[in-house]
Amino acid sequence: MALIDTINPLLTTGWSKGDAGWSLKDYEARGGYAQLKRILANKMSSDDIIAEVKKSGLRGRGGAGFPTGLKWSFMPKAAPEKYVVCNTDEGEPGTFKDRDLLRYDPHSVIEGMIIAGYAVGAARGYNYIHGEIFEIYRRFEAALDEARAAGYLGQRILGSDFSFDLFAHHGWGAYVCGEETGLLESIEGKKGQPRFKPPFPANFGLYGKPTTINNTETFAAIPFILGMGGDAYLNLGKPNNGGTKLFSVSGHVNRPGNYEVPMGTPFAKLLEMAGGMRGGRQLKAVIPGGSSAPVLPAEVMMECTMDYESIAKAGSMLGSGAVIVMDETVCMVKALERLSYFYYEESCGQCTPCREGSGWLYRVVHRIEHGEGRAEDLDLLNRVTDNMMGKTICALADAAAFPVRGFIKNFRSEFEYHIEHRKCLVDPEVQRMGSGFFKAGAA
Amino acid sequence: MLIDERGMNSEHDMLSPELSSEALAKIDLEVAKYPVDQKQSAVMAALVIAQDEKGWLPKETIAVVAGYLGMAPMAVYEVASFYNMYDLQPVGKYKLTVCTNLPCALSGGVHAADYVKQKLGIDFNETTPDGKFTLKEGECMGACGDAPVMLVNNKRMCSFMLPEQIDKLLAECN
Ligand SMILES: Cc1cc2nc3c(=O)[nH]c(=O)nc-3n(C[C@H](O)[C@H](O)[C@H](O)COP(=O)(O)O)c2cc1C
Ligand code: SF4
Ligand code: FES
Repeated sequence: MALIDTINPLLTTGWSKGDAGWSLKDYEARGGYAQLKRILANKMSSDDIIAEVKKSGLRGRGGAGFPTGLKWSFMPKAAPEKYVVCNTDEGEPGTFKDRDLLRYDPHSVIEGMIIAGYAVGAARGYNYIHGEIFEIYRRFEAALDEARAAGYLGQRILGSDFSFDLFAHHGWGAYVCGEETGLLESIEGKKGQPRFKPPFPANFGLYGKPTTINNTETFAAIPFILGMGGDAYLNLGKPNNGGTKLFSVSGHVNRPGNYEVPMGTPFAKLLEMAGGMRGGRQLKAVIPGGSSAPVLPAEVMMECTMDYESIAKAGSMLGSGAVIVMDETVCMVKALERLSYFYYEESCGQCTPCREGSGWLYRVVHRIEHGEGRAEDLDLLNRVTDNMMGKTICALADAAAFPVRGFIKNFRSEFEYHIEHRKCLVDPEVQRMGSGFFKAGAA
Repeated sequence: MLIDERGMNSEHDMLSPELSSEALAKIDLEVAKYPVDQKQSAVMAALVIAQDEKGWLPKETIAVVAGYLGMAPMAVYEVASFYNMYDLQPVGKYKLTVCTNLPCALSGGVHAADYVKQKLGIDFNETTPDGKFTLKEGECMGACGDAPVMLVNNKRMCSFMLPEQIDKLLAECN
C-alpha cells in the first residue's frame, strides 16, 4: 500500500506515486543525491556531518532509540578497514515500514548509507534484507545498479577522492538476525547467533572491523536532516525526539498501513489517520512498539503521544514504531500465547535463561489458554521472566519477557478468569468474527 | 506471473547433487559482493540458489555448495538448518507459508491457514499426496498491514488473502 495519509511528509515524500516512483530519475527529481553532491563538492568534514546529525536529535529507528550521531562518533578514526551496515531484517511482529521504504524510496536509504560511509570513513557497506521480502531485495539491487551506473557508488564518487560501494545481503528466516551482532554473524556466513557485547560493533563489527549499524529508517532520514539542517529537523518533533517517524499500524483498524507523523503526535490522531476502529468496535488494547513492547490498555494509550518519553512513562516502549491495535473481540490470553510461541521458536538457544525460559513461558501460557491453567501460574510466569531479563547475551530474552509481564499486569483479571473458568472471557464466535476473514453469516 | 523459479533449468539433471553452470555463475556473482578472503559470506545466497534448482537441499547438495565455497560441509549444514526457509526435506511443487503471528491473526492470518488446510486436506508441515502443495506456518514477514499474507515458494508474497484470493491462487498453481 502506498501513502495514504501523513503529516509533514519527509521519508514518505517519494511514496505518492506508489511503485512507479522508486527509480533514480524520480529520486533525483525530488532533490535526491543533492546532499551527497554538496558534501563532496564542499569537502565537508566528517565532524561537521556528525555534529549536524547529533543536533537533529535523530534516534535509531530499529527499536532501541540510541542517538545516531553519538553512535557514529564512536567509530575509531584511524582504522584502515571499516563498514557501514543497514538493518532491514524487519522481523519484529507488527513492523513493516522498512519494507515500504525500500519499495518506494530505496535511493534515500542508499544516499543515507553513502553519507554515513563518508562520515565514519568506511569504504564498503551492506544492507541486510529480511528473507521473506525477496521482491524488495531485488528492487534494492536494481536501485544499487542505477546508483553505480550514475557514479554515486564505486571508486572516486562523482570525481571526488571518496570511494564507497554497497551490496545487498538477504536473510532467510531468522528473527534473531535483526539483533545487530547476530546480523553481522549472518553476513559472515554463519548461524545468526548474537555476540557478547562489549566489544560493540563500533570496535569489533563485521569481519572484526569497526562497523556502524543502523536501521533502514535511520539511514533514510539522513539526507533530509542534511537538507533541512539538524535544528529544523529537531523542531519537527520534540526535544530529544527529533523529526518525524513512520508508524506501522496493524490489527483492528479500517486502514492498516504506514503513517509518517512528527514525534509527539497524539495516539488518538494516529488512530484517526488509520481510519479508526474496524466496524466501529471498541478499542481494547494497543502494543505501541512492536510485539516486544508491553501491551497498554485502551484508556492509557488514548492519553499517550507517539514519542519515546510518553510511551515509556505509560510503561511501554516506542520500539520499532509498530502499533498493533486490538479491539474487544480479542482474547488476551490467546494473543499472548501466539507471541510467546514466536519467541520460543526464534530463540537461538545460546543462553540457558532464554532457551529454557522462552519454552516455559510458551508452555504455561498455552496451558492457561487451553483450560489447564493453575492458580499459581501467573506468579510462575512472572518468576520465569525475572530469571530471563538482563541475564542473557542479547535482548531477545527481554523481548520474550516484556509481553508476558505487560499482558499479565494490565489484563490480569482476564487471565484469572481463564484459569478459573477454563475458557475465554471473550466468546469464541465473537473472536472468530473479529478478524474479518469470514463474511457475516457464512460458515 | 512468475510463481516458480525452482527447477527453471530444464536441461539440468535433477537427480545429481551437482549444480548447473548457470547456478554456479549466479553464486559467483554473490561471492563478488564480499572481500576476497570472505567467500563464505555468500553461503546464504548460494544455498537459496541451490534450493531453487533442486527444489530442496539434500545433504549431497549442501556438500557441493561447501566444496564450491571452500567451507566445511558441517559449517554449511549449520547455516542451512539455522534459517527457517531452507528446506532440508523435500517439499511439494508449491510451498505455501502462511503468517499466523499476532498482527496477521488479528486480520485473519490463522483463519486463512485453516482455510488452506481445509481446501488441501493437509495440516502444517504436510504435503498433498499428489506432491503439489506443502503447507508451512510462517512468522512475521514484515507485511502485517497486508494481512493475511502468504509466501509461495519463499519468494513471491501474496497480500490480503481472503477466501476468494486463496481460491484464485490455488487455481493458478498447477
Ligand atoms: C531480538 C532483536 C531483534 C531486533 N530486530 C531488529 C530489526 O529487525 N531491525 C532493526 O533495525 N533493529 C533490530 N534490532 C535492534 C538492533 O540490534 C540494533 O539496535 C539496531 O539495528 C540499531 O540501529 P538504530 O540505532 O538505527 O536503531 C533488534 C534487536 C533485538 C534484540
Ligand atoms: S538471549 Fe536468546 S536469542 Fe539472544 S543470544 Fe541468548 S539464547 Fe540467543
Ligand atoms: S505478523 Fe504476519 S506479516 Fe507481520
